[in-house]
Amino acid sequence: MSGAAHTHGHGHDHGHHGQDAHGHGSFKDYVTGFVLSVILTAIPFWLVMADVLGDKLVTGVVILGLAVVQIVVHMIYFLHMNTKSEGGWTFLALIFTVTIVVITLCGSIWVMHHLNANMMPVSAEEMRHAP
Amino acid sequence: MTQASTADVPNFLDLEGEHHPEGSTMLGFWIYLMSDCLIFAVLFATYAVLGRSYAAGPSPKDLFDLPIVAVNTSMLLFSSITYGFAMLEMEKGDLSKTQLWLAVTGLFGAAFVGLELWEFSHLIHEGATPQRSGFLSAFFTLVGTHGLHVTFGLIWLVTLMVQTRLRGLVPENKRRLMCLSMFWHFLDVIWIGVFTFVYLMGVLQ
Repeated sequence: MSGAAHTHGHGHDHGHHGQDAHGHGSFKDYVTGFVLSVILTAIPFWLVMADVLGDKLVTGVVILGLAVVQIVVHMIYFLHMNTKSEGGWTFLALIFTVTIVVITLCGSIWVMHHLNANMMPVSAEEMRHAP
Repeated sequence: MTQASTADVPNFLDLEGEHHPEGSTMLGFWIYLMSDCLIFAVLFATYAVLGRSYAAGPSPKDLFDLPIVAVNTSMLLFSSITYGFAMLEMEKGDLSKTQLWLAVTGLFGAAFVGLELWEFSHLIHEGATPQRSGFLSAFFTLVGTHGLHVTFGLIWLVTLMVQTRLRGLVPENKRRLMCLSMFWHFLDVIWIGVFTFVYLMGVLQ
């Protein structure tokens, strides 16, 4: 897929400056991306609104997984992400950002969860049972 | 190549770009988007931390109306594909069709912002203001920042419709349209995180 988009980008004459090197999608790319996105959006809404799976934890994990898949679909079909455009620099910037985002999100949630769990105001009942 | 380009391009601003045939504008704009992504990551982290601090106030289950969120999501999704069609027409050099698809994109975007504002006013009317609880502060900051981005995207879109009308599909305008394309699709990517993490998981609690 990425190869096709790339050759397409270079197919233009060079009077069109550099921006064509970025590579566009074709009509098929956009429609494929759109159909996949509609499916990947409809499933999580259906899962939550109709409460299909019954278990909250499982539903949560499934919809988060579907969101990640949909983000990848958008990256490939709408943002035309590939490892080759701009000599790989856009991809490198993406990897860097994803790393920082994962550290920020996981770090914040981890630290704040432990703060919450260990520094909750203690009730009188809990005090009595404390060692 | 240099002479030919300067002859048919009335704008001198592009001279810099001549030395960067790999399109440094696109890479620069991509890096801007990545920095924007970090802003949203921080706001998502804030929401993850504060999202359950209701201060005895309303919870997501009491407030969120999933059918409206579904309509909102489809508005943004439709605007993504119509922007894609605008880009395809731009490549073919068809100015009027490009503008038509841009206008359709703008309408979907405006519908999205309108629905979101309606939702916000509805929440505030019910007393669920940003000051009510940590959850609502984080919610309004995250979703509001995204909505603000879409609003600026709309202003940019209208600006480019005027620009292309005045100057046609010159390379500068094509470059600008491609930047907006990345911006617009990027906002849709952020919205995937918002509807999953904020709305769906909020109702799930």
